[in-house]
Amino acid sequence: MIRLTAGLTLVSTVMIALAVAGCGSIAPVAPPPPAPPQAASPAAPTVAPAVPTAAAPAPTAAQPIPATPATEPVTIAINCGCAQGGDGDNSYRWLTEVVAPLYEGKMRQQGKNVRLAVIQGIVDDEALKQQYALDIKSGRGADILAFDGFWTPEFVAAGLLKPLDELAGPDVNAWEGWQHIPEPLQRVMGYRGRRYGLAEGTDARVLWYRKDIFKEVGLPEPWQPKSWDDIFAAARLIKGKRPDVTPLQVIGGTVNGEATTMQGWYPLLLGAGANVYDFETNEYMGGGQAVVDALTFYKRLYVDEQLGDARLQLVKGGREQSQRDFRDGKIAIYAEGDYLWRAVLAEGDTALPNKTALIGWAPMPAMAPAKGIRGQDWVTVSGGTGYVMNPNTAHPAETWAALATMFSKEALDAFQTIEPRLRVRDDVPVPNDPVMTGLAQKILPLTTTRPADPAYPAVSLAIQQATESVIAGDKTPQEAAAAYEKRLIEIVGADRVERSAP
Amino acid sequence: MTAPRTDEQARPWLPWRTSAVMLVPSLLLITMFLILPFVWTMVISLSNLQLLGDEAAAPQWVGLANYARLFNPDGWLSRGGFGWSLWVTFQFVIGSAIIGQAGLGLALAWALHGWRSPLRELVFSLAILAWILPDTVVAFAWFAVLNPGQGALNTALAWLGLGRPDWQLDYALLSVILFNTWRGAAFSMLLFSAALATIPPSYLEASTVAGASAWQRFRDIILPLLRAYIITDLLLVTLWTLNTFTPYLLTGGGPVERTELLSIYIYLTAFVPPFRFGQGAAISMVVLAFNLALGLCFLGYTRRNRVQV
Repeated sequence: MIRLTAGLTLVSTVMIALAVAGCGSIAPVAPPPPAPPQAASPAAPTVAPAVPTAAAPAPTAAQPIPATPATEPVTIAINCGCAQGGDGDNSYRWLTEVVAPLYEGKMRQQGKNVRLAVIQGIVDDEALKQQYALDIKSGRGADILAFDGFWTPEFVAAGLLKPLDELAGPDVNAWEGWQHIPEPLQRVMGYRGRRYGLAEGTDARVLWYRKDIFKEVGLPEPWQPKSWDDIFAAARLIKGKRPDVTPLQVIGGTVNGEATTMQGWYPLLLGAGANVYDFETNEYMGGGQAVVDALTFYKRLYVDEQLGDARLQLVKGGREQSQRDFRDGKIAIYAEGDYLWRAVLAEGDTALPNKTALIGWAPMPAMAPAKGIRGQDWVTVSGGTGYVMNPNTAHPAETWAALATMFSKEALDAFQTIEPRLRVRDDVPVPNDPVMTGLAQKILPLTTTRPADPAYPAVSLAIQQATESVIAGDKTPQEAAAAYEKRLIEIVGADRVERSAP
Repeated sequence: MTAPRTDEQARPWLPWRTSAVMLVPSLLLITMFLILPFVWTMVISLSNLQLLGDEAAAPQWVGLANYARLFNPDGWLSRGGFGWSLWVTFQFVIGSAIIGQAGLGLALAWALHGWRSPLRELVFSLAILAWILPDTVVAFAWFAVLNPGQGALNTALAWLGLGRPDWQLDYALLSVILFNTWRGAAFSMLLFSAALATIPPSYLEASTVAGASAWQRFRDIILPLLRAYIITDLLLVTLWTLNTFTPYLLTGGGPVERTELLSIYIYLTAFVPPFRFGQGAAISMVVLAFNLALGLCFLGYTRRNRVQV
């Protein structure tokens, strides 16, 4: 029976260790216990001096900027969310080959010994966001963070980002670049009228298609579907003649995260004549007819007609697989952002050398002509990624100087030779890339954006769940739409949801 | 936790003051790494704390709302609900811990009992290898095994004329059950073969002479003698399986929550956007209660047994 005693000790230790370790991992990253408002302010400074309280004081409270002695070497780190030879290879090359020498030279002229260190790393967006939140919360992280613009409101609301001018002082507002960056693009990395970083540019969503497959099956090129039925007709034809090819990929499901909402859901919902958010009333739109229509598109595609591969929406890594399949000619039509064209198919190990000959694009049509939002025939949505300043930086002046160098005309001009795209600055020439200029002229004027609202990510997850339940055949579009509306009310409260029916 | 038992009349060989002082470091560590996080988790489970957004800067007390949501009968058993996750976990534990690890472990130990051959060494080595490899390595290997096109499993099945099922999509829960069985059977196998070695060979020999079949020997000799070991093993593998997170590396809890085990449910609630720490902590507390209940059942059982012996 000695064995039993030992077993008992082991059991109880293991049991409690396992159980508590699971829960305990939450604790180190969390702020102090929720306290009534009056108790919150004395408690706050004990967390981390860098994290401001919710009611961040006006610019008058900006601390003096610590001057850096000329001799002491300083390293400004930038977390680029990129990897040499892989995802984001273009940004990596730009930062190391263009920005770093330019910036370090400028700093030397001012008598400062500063180095720009590029920290590589690619994880999926959800994990990167988590990493940033935990880094900043614990008073750490690189000085500059590659950031998705739509994350800004939640980070600001949580007190994890501070306005640029509050961190780096009057240099920021005196920067020559602002007058060359149109106001809407300044807002990409902004929230409630304050700027937290700089956007690389904006983007748009369209349909991409394989010219080689289209030619083979006898579809016209250039191709322009005018309704959802046109898209399905083309997909059906491809399925008949090339059964080995997945005719159409429109992303869905929770495993694909925000990409589902942005690349799949928005183009469909806008095409059905509604938006996720009503910018006039600041309310979310419930599960009305447009939501049912958009979900019906998924049902038709993945359940009824099986013209798409449901696996890519339900199993981890579906988006990356789609991009590779499209490059390899295993997917014929693919709804994606221009990121596919200018980055995925142009860089690192996913590059497609003769993409101009093989890939065409068409605006995403509304469900039927003039049925789209604002009566449009074609629809798209825009976001934008860029860089923010970490409020924990020990060298705000140098960090701002690095951002200003990155977004100088000189650096962006050089970026155009690595990755042609529309840059934020109006004095950086439009690239000699017919696809990007076509998008700029025809698509961007039609665009809309996601809400700058801290509750949006929870809503986005509800959208992903709705698409997933339809693609998996668990729910009808009507049931999924009703469930979505119910979830919306749980997230933002009934007073901020435009109900589909009284 | 539990100090070795001494008889009441035995004199302690250290004065109690000294023992108390010597206990302080371990008590401090336990307080820091077990008790404080536990209390902390309990506290945030009563709030709507999130990692980001308004609820991060100014979380509010929500009382038992997080718990009420878990047990809200509306949608409790539908996918994404707590009941659903419990049901998935139940199937997973029955399938991979009780039938899989304990059952297979006992079968292997019994089948190889008394053998002295290279085959036995090979089976043992392979099983232990599967048990000690790091999780991520194992997950990558299983990705390759389960791949619908070129995976080892489907290549074998196709060769046998059984087709090429899409394991990760259509048999996701079965896949993680097979995975966890493969992963953990070694522990039960080792425990049971050590236990079998304690049974005097004469028992089995005598029964063979008396004409007992293999099944009768197993039922009437092995099982009763191994009972305490079996209970210990079941409890351990159940607890481990209840808390394992490795299936996340294979399926991410999907497709469509089909493999959303409790541990994955907690992770998906607390650590992916919108990072609902409060809700995640509430689930953790409930899971902790399950674990404690299981542990107490076991303690009760062993106490009763000790009295009989």
